[in-house]
Amino acid sequence: MDEEYDVIVLGTGLTECILSGLLSVEGKKVLHMDRNDYYGGDSASLNLTQLYRKFRPDQSAPAELGRDRDYAVDLIPKFIIASGELTRILVHTDVTRYLEFKQIAGSFVYRDGKISKVPSTEMEAVKSPLMGLFEKRRAKKFFEFLQGWKDDDPATHQGVDLDKDSMKSVYEKFGLEPGTQDFIGHAMALYLDDDYKTKPARTTYERIVLYTSSMARYGKSPYIYPLYGLGELPQAFARLSAIYGGTYMLDKSIDEIVTDADGKFVGVRSGNETVKAKQVVGDPSYFGAGKPAEGKARVKEEGKVIRAICFLKHPIPGTEDADSVQIIIPQNQVNRRNDIYIAKVSSTHNVCAKDVYVAIVSTIVETDNPEQEIVPGLQLLGPIYDKFVSVSTLYTPTTSGQDDQIFVTRSYDATSHFETVVEDVHNVWKQMIGKELVLKKREVEVEA
Amino acid sequence: MSKQLQFKLVLLGESAVGKSSLVLRFVKDQFDDYRESTIGAAFLTQTVTLDDQTTVKFEIWDTAGQERYKSLAPMYYRNANCAVVVYDITQAASLEKARSWIRELQRQADPSIVIALCGNKADLAARRQVSEEEAKKYAEEEGLMWAETSAKSGEGVHEIFTAIAKKLPTTTSPSARGGARTGAAARTGVDLNKQAANAPGQNEPCNC
Ligand SMILES: Cc1cc2nc3c(=O)[nH]c(=O)nc-3n(C[C@H](O)[C@H](O)[C@H](O)COP(=O)(O)OP(=O)(O)OC[C@H]3O[C@@H](n4cnc5c(N)ncnc54)[C@H](O)[C@@H]3O)c2cc1C
Ligand SMILES: Nc1nc2c(ncn2[C@@H]2O[C@H](COP(=O)(O)OP(=O)(O)O)[C@@H](O)[C@H]2O)c(=O)[nH]1
Ligand SMILES: [Mg+2]
Repeated sequence: MDEEYDVIVLGTGLTECILSGLLSVEGKKVLHMDRNDYYGGDSASLNLTQLYRKFRPDQSAPAELGRDRDYAVDLIPKFIIASGELTRILVHTDVTRYLEFKQIAGSFVYRDGKISKVPSTEMEAVKSPLMGLFEKRRAKKFFEFLQGWKDDDPATHQGVDLDKDSMKSVYEKFGLEPGTQDFIGHAMALYLDDDYKTKPARTTYERIVLYTSSMARYGKSPYIYPLYGLGELPQAFARLSAIYGGTYMLDKSIDEIVTDADGKFVGVRSGNETVKAKQVVGDPSYFGAGKPAEGKARVKEEGKVIRAICFLKHPIPGTEDADSVQIIIPQNQVNRRNDIYIAKVSSTHNVCAKDVYVAIVSTIVETDNPEQEIVPGLQLLGPIYDKFVSVSTLYTPTTSGQDDQIFVTRSYDATSHFETVVEDVHNVWKQMIGKELVLKKREVEVEA
Repeated sequence: MSKQLQFKLVLLGESAVGKSSLVLRFVKDQFDDYRESTIGAAFLTQTVTLDDQTTVKFEIWDTAGQERYKSLAPMYYRNANCAVVVYDITQAASLEKARSWIRELQRQADPSIVIALCGNKADLAARRQVSEEEAKKYAEEEGLMWAETSAKSGEGVHEIFTAIAKKLPTTTSPSARGGARTGAAARTGVDLNKQAANAPGQNEPCNC
């Protein structure tokens, strides 16, 4: 290990693997290490053995669940929103060739004690019990307004200034009921709380457009999902990095981030070897997260998320037996500040044995009894065969890394898709390279 | 009537035995003494036409060097229909490594996987450390195909791939078997590339 690298990447979570892939394509000499013997870090998908080792080290998986290798259980519940930025990166880097995607079959929202499908077609919208007849007309006007919006054509603005007027005032203009506002803000714009209402309407507008264009892309739901689980995504980007010369070392203990007298990055020590590089980037767990601060604190806490991975032997009741769904419980509906999410996948996506369903219930923690907070979500699942609960602290870097060339990515948040992950990639890239990340289409390899 | 079948083929074996060189010879009929690593060339296809006009298309996955520090991603060997396990006839230790890969395959892979053991660098027979007899005997015991090859001279390379093509189940398309991933042609999922091209007006960077 006496070679010198441009960049050392620590941790093989999705954020780090996308960065590693893009850095290698850019021509950087990359060394990518992980303390675990598997890919994916916090965004890995685990087989049964790995899952039990993590949550119940003194117990082995019941034989009843079937073959170990049929399982790829996501640790972080997220889906890919079809028209989003992750899709764009997947296509531009050509990483799609290593992956196969399927749709998520449906998107549901909780309202007044029961769940209803988020309409995916006009027909469904007309029939949906989510709104009364008059409210449907008002909502139709609202969506027509959004659809018709052109920045450079004031005639389409109906007196609204997206950059100045709050979303609340836009809702009021169209006379939308609070229940409809919940539906639009939470089930479509995918906000986790209600803070957006007092902010300019532009971002909400963009999020609704993202949702509807994603929905229009494949039908059914706005989401797609990789066969064999989300853990395939970091592996695919790691492969991209390797193809462009990146060196991979798993199962490596990372013992020290070595700096010079001024605190600037020098290298990474593993055992008694130190590998040198110009820059280092990694997930918060490599930079002191969760440990008592020794020396400079490079990360700080930013809330907690509770996630309960549940094995079911049946589809979630009331979802038309869908093989995969997202269910959103808007905060107002259960007197919370943050929404509760349920993400369910199944053997259709090659992530578990036949007739098993994996549902993850998650939310941002608001009290000191987080398990109690997700009960409204758990109650929708019907009988739960087994449940693995974890509470994770979210970390965010304290510095940009410009001074010491030590760059830290953010923990995976509670949002339902990967858009904030890609945002983080863009931010870290800009700090590391000093330029915006521009996606160039990869040259297609010659086929014989 | 001619038909085309597609199979995923993976290369396994210790680093520097010549896996990438074998692929390069097979796919492009080239050899390069000073190639440092495998940059850019880790996903290639090559077609073999059999006597009965069946064409077998190999979707060839190279390790991209991830085997070097035992960091091969499971995605790599997932749903492989055939594996070429390579050793270097001038390095006895590389046969040991090949044996451990074969044990791994027998334990983990689909039992119908076609495995070929391949003794590469046959042009360096003067420095031979692994005898033909030893390797052949082992392959027979384990029911594997076996051949010596030289990516450098080309000797035996086309032959081993053709032999694999003949051994693959050409009666049933692999895509008929649940879960087996057999490349773009047989995919049933959503195609991001196609949809991306005709979805106008989206993905514009947020300029708020
Ligand atoms: C070198 C190597 C190393 C590996 N290492 C690991 C490892 O460390 N960990 C790990 O988990 N996996 C490992 N694997 C296995 C690998 O990830 C895949 O599981 C394997 O390739 C089979 O894919 P599968 O599980 O999708 O298919 P499988 O579910 O195994 O099915 C294979 C084929 O058989 C058919 N089939 C399966 N069951 C039946 C049945 N009961 N009746 C009829 N047909 C059936 C399926 O339709 C399918 O076409 C390894 C594989 C290889 C080649
Ligand atoms: N003499 C000889 N050298 C070979 C042969 N095949 C590969 N090499 C050389 O062995 C080295 C490693 O080859 P490479 O294909 O990169 O091995 P890989 O790590 O298994 O992919 C390179 O220097 C090749 O030029 C061969 O058949 N004969
Ligand atoms: Mg190679």
